Amino acid sequence: MGMDRRDFIKLAGLSTLLGLGSNSALELLRPGQAAAALEGEAKPLTAKRWAMVVNMRQLDGETAQKCIAACDRVHNVPDFGNPIAPAMKLSAADKARWEIKWIWTAPYENTFPGDTQEYVDEKVKDLKFLLLCNHCDNPPCVRVCPTKATFRQEDGIVMMDMHRCIGCRFCMAACPFGARSFNWKDPRPYIKEVNPDYPTREIGVVEKCLFCSERLAIGLMPACVVASQGALAFGDLRDPKSKVRELLDANFTIRRKPFLGTNPQVYYIV
Amino acid sequence: MADKYQNEFGGFAEKPKVPKKFYDLKYILLGLVIFFGLVFSPILPNLGKIVAAPSPNLDTPAILKLAKKDRQCVMPTPYMRTYHMQLLIDWREAAIRHGNREFISPTGKKFVANLSDTCMGCHSNKSKFCDQCHNFAAVTPNCWGCHLDKEQKVAKGGAK
Repeated sequence: MGMDRRDFIKLAGLSTLLGLGSNSALELLRPGQAAAALEGEAKPLTAKRWAMVVNMRQLDGETAQKCIAACDRVHNVPDFGNPIAPAMKLSAADKARWEIKWIWTAPYENTFPGDTQEYVDEKVKDLKFLLLCNHCDNPPCVRVCPTKATFRQEDGIVMMDMHRCIGCRFCMAACPFGARSFNWKDPRPYIKEVNPDYPTREIGVVEKCLFCSERLAIGLMPACVVASQGALAFGDLRDPKSKVRELLDANFTIRRKPFLGTNPQVYYIV
Repeated sequence: MADKYQNEFGGFAEKPKVPKKFYDLKYILLGLVIFFGLVFSPILPNLGKIVAAPSPNLDTPAILKLAKKDRQCVMPTPYMRTYHMQLLIDWREAAIRHGNREFISPTGKKFVANLSDTCMGCHSNKSKFCDQCHNFAAVTPNCWGCHLDKEQKVAKGGAK
């Protein structure tokens, strides 16, 4: 080809200049913004690997309760201590036995068993840790499910298909975090205020936190994250600029029972 | 030899005379009447009666709010009438198992594949819409064990 070095460099320079205006170059300079400006509409939140960071330095007991209340309200989680009809009131023992938990609190020694020392910081000792499904990378509940009612999505969310659940409770035995609850009773009489946009569950299925996958689909952050006033961070673990990675890079974090090899994806800043 | 037959000793004997009689006729007839009465008992009371054809009602606040030309379901009405159950199963499959919650109708409109929100958002009158045909055809879909209808909320004016 009849092109000398000078012409080649000219052409290369010109094409670099043109390339700067392209979508990929904009993406390089200001990630995410170009795509957002193009679409405009509320579009689903997607990630390569969803993860959550719970900042216990920021989270007080009151906010934790707000997070729990927000989740319960959005997902129609029954409160067995508070039935619609007073006649259906349960004893404390039954209430504890049939409890449905998506997100709940526990003290340090129950949250991080095996990691406890004889002498712990007074503050940590009294902390109520916010617990939820860890959406493990290697989820034992998925491995044991005989109907594939629970399965791992590509973005890391351990999803449940209630239509397929046969209520065998293998997953409850497999989960080392106690994140799964079984519907021993019809939950409907124990939901004071139902959210008609989300289904309730039926007697005989297992349920758990799903990282609000139905809210992510319409561009909303999980209910607990919204209610946490910044104490919970949710984002893409594979995106170095995400809120989650920012916190993980700046703080020492611990996870629940990492020695079991399930690779939990909820991180705690203590 | 027509009315003689060989007996077990090799000799021939007269055919024994059996009286032509229907034993226990009245008990048999009574039994038959009771049997057929039971078999047809579900049909008999409705015989000759005309049952009104189901008429699903489309007048909900959400639909009435739309302009006439926008009053179109996610698929054409004849398709919905015949295949809505298949569509719902496809939506369920796409949304939960494949994480694809977006549905684009043949007219190019985008919908969120969601029974509780999208379907019941417009058709908030379950008893006058869904139940009309389901009761007529005597089918009991198990959707409502978990999914909620918005009927009471809409009646109170509380729903969006």
